Amino acid sequence: MSMLYLRNIETYYGAIMALRGVSLDVDEGEIVTILGANGAGKTTLMKTVAGLMQPEKGEINFLGDQIGGAEPDVVVRKGLSLVPEGREIFPNLTVEENLRIGAFTRKGGVRDDLDLVYSYFPVLRERRRQEAGFLSGGQQQMLAIGRGLMARPKLMLLDEPSLGLSPLLTEEIFDIISRLNAEQGVTMLLVEQNAHIALLTAHKGYVLEMGRVVMAGSAEMLRNSEDIQDFYLGRSENTQRGQQRWKRRKTWR
Amino acid sequence: MEVLQLLVGGIASGCIYGLVALGFVLIYKASEGVNFAQGDMMMLGAFIALGFANTDQMGLPFGLAVLLAMATMFVIGYGIERTVVRQIFGQPQFALVILTIALGFVLRFVAGSIWGYTPLVLETPLAGRNLQFAGIVVSLSDIVTIIATLALTLLLWLFFAFSRLGLAAKASSQNQMAAYIVGIPVKRVHSLIWGLSGAVATVAGVLYASKGTIDPNIGLLGIKAFAAAVIGGMGSLPGALMGGILIGVVEPFASRYLPGEIGLMSPYIIMLFVLTTRPGGLFSQVRMKKV
Ligand SMILES: Nc1ncnc2c1ncn2[C@@H]1O[C@H](COP(=O)(O)OP(=O)(O)O)[C@@H](O)[C@H]1O
Ligand SMILES: [Mg+2]
Repeated sequence: MSMLYLRNIETYYGAIMALRGVSLDVDEGEIVTILGANGAGKTTLMKTVAGLMQPEKGEINFLGDQIGGAEPDVVVRKGLSLVPEGREIFPNLTVEENLRIGAFTRKGGVRDDLDLVYSYFPVLRERRRQEAGFLSGGQQQMLAIGRGLMARPKLMLLDEPSLGLSPLLTEEIFDIISRLNAEQGVTMLLVEQNAHIALLTAHKGYVLEMGRVVMAGSAEMLRNSEDIQDFYLGRSENTQRGQQRWKRRKTWR
Repeated sequence: MEVLQLLVGGIASGCIYGLVALGFVLIYKASEGVNFAQGDMMMLGAFIALGFANTDQMGLPFGLAVLLAMATMFVIGYGIERTVVRQIFGQPQFALVILTIALGFVLRFVAGSIWGYTPLVLETPLAGRNLQFAGIVVSLSDIVTIIATLALTLLLWLFFAFSRLGLAAKASSQNQMAAYIVGIPVKRVHSLIWGLSGAVATVAGVLYASKGTIDPNIGLLGIKAFAAAVIGGMGSLPGALMGGILIGVVEPFASRYLPGEIGLMSPYIIMLFVLTTRPGGLFSQVRMKKV
């Protein structure tokens, strides 16, 4: 059985239906990526799983328990932590306070976990007494990931960790995501607009469009898919194909 | 000599304003709105202490009565958030303003129907005792007020700086969504903060009552305390206390040495002056948030 599975999840903003029956599976130890253009519903999906939004319909199962509609603190306690889009750190708390508060749902072992986070992000140790609002974008992203780790998650949800970062920093962040997966055994569900790096890091992926899953498969299969190459990997094409591209319909429609 | 006596008295009444202002700030940080019933919570706290302490009521020892009153007001504050304030969660700020103004009327009515509208005296061991230092006479209640206020402010500071829950409350006020994300039960933290501000208001009420009589309308002092909180920058606990003391000290001096009603108006004159010159409050930290 999957560590996390969703069946026919529907989530609304008022009358606007943002998720239109999403189903997906995340197995233990995997890195799973969700690709999709702006407004596809990726963030809504993450918020629904993390308990920040209530699904109107459908089933969310994490480690054998139904967590659809549960309060966020219940979900965190079960071992699921979200690294949200736009980092969402606590600007006037120090770096170390930000990390400590990541362990809010637990007692004990905080010192060891801080050392673990600092071993992956040495720059955070250097700046641990500074207010988090003064960190650079990349450092804030590291802090957000570190804060998520402090909850000792079994599954980590990462919403666009590369947003606003330079290619070099993006690579560094994804390298650490891979290492956390391999060395700490943290399963990852990763939302990305940068399909290229996401498909190199992940084991499998889903493509979300207009609140629906329109494609799913192993990362390798997605990398080789024509549609993905055209619409998400921005394949460089000769002019003739480039013009044809606009006429072609995506095959999944 | 007279100056020193005015000063001590002014600091003491300023401490009471400051304590009520602390309540404003606590709730402002948690619920992102102003609790205009804060003064009435002080009034109710004073009456509940009177109910526990006075010999013609329950006649409990004074210290025990104060602790019980604080606990009762904690529960009342917690309950108000849990049952009423939470219903308007997510509404614009003025919803909370209207709601708490109405709540103030209710609290006054409740106190009035239990204890009546004639002024009552809380029996304290402090009443009528004076101390003499080098020629100046200071009332014991003023000294106790100043010491109790400093102690309570220190406790609150320790709570927010070092306790897990205090850190969680601070975090919730900085970034509510992130607070949810790390698993802080944000709503319960809000309830706790309202409870805490009920308990702080009770201390203010008891100290107020130790200087004179109380009746259901003493909560109007909350308006001056609100001015103190605004002067202090609304978001800062030490700022609120300093704002209270500033008002408390200026008031008696202005009444004594300046003509007419300027003394009565002085809290609001200071507030307007601060708002126009330093909108962030007199004690706002000079720093920019990097985005
Ligand atoms: N707060 C909101 N209120 C109303 N609609 C929203 C809100 N947030 C997102 N949406 C809509 O929901 C859809 C999905 O948004 P989102 O999940 O943020 O997409 P993504 O993260 O994939 O860019 C979009 O059409 C967006 O316009
Ligand atoms: Mg998004």
